[in-house]
Amino acid sequence: MNGVHDMGGMHGMGPITPEANEPVFHEPWEGRVYALIRATAALGKWNIDASRHSIERIPPADYLRMSYYEKWLAGLTTRLEESGLVSRAELESGRAALGSSKATPPLTADQLAAAVPERGWFERPVNEPPRFTVGQTVRAKKINPTGHTRLPRYARGAVGVVDRIHGAHVFPDSSAHFRGENPQHLYSVRFSARELWGEAAAARDSVYIDLWEDYLESA
Amino acid sequence: MDHDHDHQEVPPDPALRVMALESLLVEKGLVDPAALDALIDTYEHKVGPRNGARVVARAWLDPEYKKRLLANGGAAISELGYASQGREHLVVLENTPERHNLVVCTLCSCYPWAVLGLPPVWYKSAPYRSRAVIDPRGVLREFGLEIPEEVEIRVWDSTSEVRYLVLPKRPDGTEDMTEDELAALVTRDAMIGAAKVTLAGGPT
Repeated sequence: MNGVHDMGGMHGMGPITPEANEPVFHEPWEGRVYALIRATAALGKWNIDASRHSIERIPPADYLRMSYYEKWLAGLTTRLEESGLVSRAELESGRAALGSSKATPPLTADQLAAAVPERGWFERPVNEPPRFTVGQTVRAKKINPTGHTRLPRYARGAVGVVDRIHGAHVFPDSSAHFRGENPQHLYSVRFSARELWGEAAAARDSVYIDLWEDYLESA
Repeated sequence: MDHDHDHQEVPPDPALRVMALESLLVEKGLVDPAALDALIDTYEHKVGPRNGARVVARAWLDPEYKKRLLANGGAAISELGYASQGREHLVVLENTPERHNLVVCTLCSCYPWAVLGLPPVWYKSAPYRSRAVIDPRGVLREFGLEIPEEVEIRVWDSTSEVRYLVLPKRPDGTEDMTEDELAALVTRDAMIGAAKVTLAGGPT
């Protein structure tokens, strides 16, 4: 979706303000949100792409106003409700409904040693060889899907060169909507800064973007 | 409703909403509070940029390790215990006198947790995500890094589950240093590409 989350190349967002000696979490509640995200993900009711999409769907004005962990909290609430793990009534009352199921055992502290910091593995075996080769010139397709995609707007229509092939990976555009993993070859494509941004960009500079086969065409 | 407490006059802040959500999920048997505590402890105390600094220092000292790291980052960091069975899609990018690498995630906040822990606020912020790809030289200038025109800048937009770690240049004057001493010089920002490693080192 052409959301405000797709920020590459936007102007007006202000200066970057690094913080010296930044703590991992600024407030205890941020840590709780982080832990809730990881622990509920282990219940297997959604995937990382659906998680990202739940955050992208936060209304733009809210997205820009909220802190990172506020966005995570909003996305988590959406996922809990959409997956059916928690009902709207339960979210509003803060109490479990009578007869509410406890269908899935929670991730316990004992199981965490194996689950953390593992992030999951997204490479999948496929039968088809890669359609593009290293060194080949490719174009990022002009597409404007209303659902989840990882093809940033600033690269659409641009021509680049395949720099490496990462193997076949789960395709976010289908996975985010629970329409299957549709694994396909994933390429690192080098775009010159001038191709993306015009003649004012530095001649030697470039941007490398990981792009799935469905995002690319020969050029 | 007891209106004597003024904090009840404002909408619930995130801390209260999170507390309510956690208590609901615990009541429903969906999460185990002890597991939440363990997760927080892991990222506050065990996984962080010290991991990445150890990887960098090893690569500076051991040319064979550096080769393996550049060829297969996930397998190489698992040698040091940072991703079991090499199951981390990690690409390591070497900074050289001719080339400077900078990592960003324009679409969200993808970051190499296994070696750097959780990202700093600036990395997740709109200013960095919007500008790193279109104006990397301006961004680096704000970090105090002036990259000469003849040096190529490569920006890596983390759009997939592949994660990127910058292998910074080893500073001059460190020839006699041990791995521990070298690791102490390597900052988080240097492994994102937003800083150089200097003899001054740094807190992160």
